[in-house]
Amino acid sequence: MGRNDRPEISAPPEIFYNEDEARKYSENSRVVSIQTQLTERALELLALPDDGEPKLLLDLGCGSGLSGEALTERGHVWLGLDISKAMLDVAAEREVEGDLCLHDLGHGLPIRPGTVDGAISISAVQWLCNADTSKNDPRKRLRRFFETLYACLAKGARAVLQVYPANTEQAAMMTNAAMRAGFSGGLVVDFPHSTRAKKYFLVLMVGGTAALPQARGMDGGEPEDEEDEVYVGHRKTKRRKHGHGDKDSKRDWIVRKKQQQRTRGYTNIKPDSKYTGRKRKDRF
Amino acid sequence: MKLLTHNMLQCHIKGVKNGYPLKIEAEKVEEREQDYEPDFLRHIFPRINWDALREGAAAMGIDDLPESASEELLEDDEFLKKFHHALLEVHLEEGALVCPETGRKFPVSDGIPNLLLQEDEC
Repeated sequence: MGRNDRPEISAPPEIFYNEDEARKYSENSRVVSIQTQLTERALELLALPDDGEPKLLLDLGCGSGLSGEALTERGHVWLGLDISKAMLDVAAEREVEGDLCLHDLGHGLPIRPGTVDGAISISAVQWLCNADTSKNDPRKRLRRFFETLYACLAKGARAVLQVYPANTEQAAMMTNAAMRAGFSGGLVVDFPHSTRAKKYFLVLMVGGTAALPQARGMDGGEPEDEEDEVYVGHRKTKRRKHGHGDKDSKRDWIVRKKQQQRTRGYTNIKPDSKYTGRKRKDRF
Repeated sequence: MKLLTHNMLQCHIKGVKNGYPLKIEAEKVEEREQDYEPDFLRHIFPRINWDALREGAAAMGIDDLPESASEELLEDDEFLKKFHHALLEVHLEEGALVCPETGRKFPVSDGIPNLLLQEDEC
C-alpha cells in the first residue's frame, strides 16, 4: 500500500488490521512513537483534575494497547475496546494492564451510564464514517456511538478523539453527530498550516461550558521534533501538479525541461533561441 | 477480564431493558497480582454496583465479600484489601457473559470478551 492511500478505503477495520498490520504496532518504532505522542497530547486535552487520583478511562479503538500503556504510565485504570482480534491478541501478548474487549464502536458502547471519568481514542473514529457493507449506515453508527459515549461518561468528563477525517465533510459529519448527542466542544486542529503534522482532535465535553483548549502550531510553525513529522495513517498529501494548465505553453515546457537537464549536468543541451519550440514548416 | 470491567458492562442489544448485570459462566479463572491503590478504590466505590460485584465474585469462586457495603467501610483496610482483590486481581480467562434478559451469550476467550453483535441485534 502506498503512503498516500488511506487504510479506511482499503478494507473494513476488522480485516485491515490483520496479524501483519498488528505486528507493526508493536515492532515498528516509528509507529510506536507516533501513537505514544498522540496519546500524550490527547491526555493533555483531556485535562483530568491534577489530584494524583487514578481515574477509570476508556480507550476506544485501543488496538495493540500502545495508547493504553501511556495511560498506565500515568497510573490510570483503563478499559480498551477494539474491533480487530489480531490487534487485541498483540495487546494481550504484551500483557497490558487494562482490560480488553472485542467490540464494534458503531454498535454503541456496552457501558453502564455515568461510570467512566473520561475517554480517549487514537486514530479510530474515522472508521465509523465508512460504509463497508450494505447494512452499514455511517450516520446511524456515528449516532449510536456518540449517544452511548455521552451516556457512559460521568458528569463533567471529557472525551478526546484523535481522528483522520478524509475531507471537511467527514470532519463536519463527526462533529455534528457529537453535538447532536448533546456534547459541547469541537474540533481542535494542531499545526493547521502543515500538511503532514496536522492533527485533528475532537474534544467533547459533557455539560459545563469550558472553552476549547488552544491548538498547537497556530503561528504556522512546524513541530520542532523531526519525529513529529507524521505520516502514519497515510494522510492524503496534496499531489504536486505537473504543468500549469493553460498558462504553460509548449515552448515554456520545452525551455523548462531543457533547463532541468542543464541543472542535472547534461552538457549537450542546445541553447534557447527564438526558434526553440517552433513548429516546423509543413513542407519539411 | 476483571470484575471491574464486568461491573461496567451491560448488554447493548437493541430493545433490551434489563441488560445488567451480565451473568458470568466461568470456566477458567486466574488471579494476577495488582498494585494496591486505596485512592482508586475509594474513587471508584460510589460507581460500583455492589450486588453485581458480589454476584460476579461468587460466580468466580470468591465469597468473602460482605452482603452490603457503605462509605464507612472504606476506612477499613481489611475490607479494602478484599474489595481490591475481587475488583482487580481476579480475572475471567475462559467462559461466557450471559445477558439476563435475552440469554444471549458473549463468549470470553483468553480473557477477552467478544461483544460483537449481529446486524439484526443492533
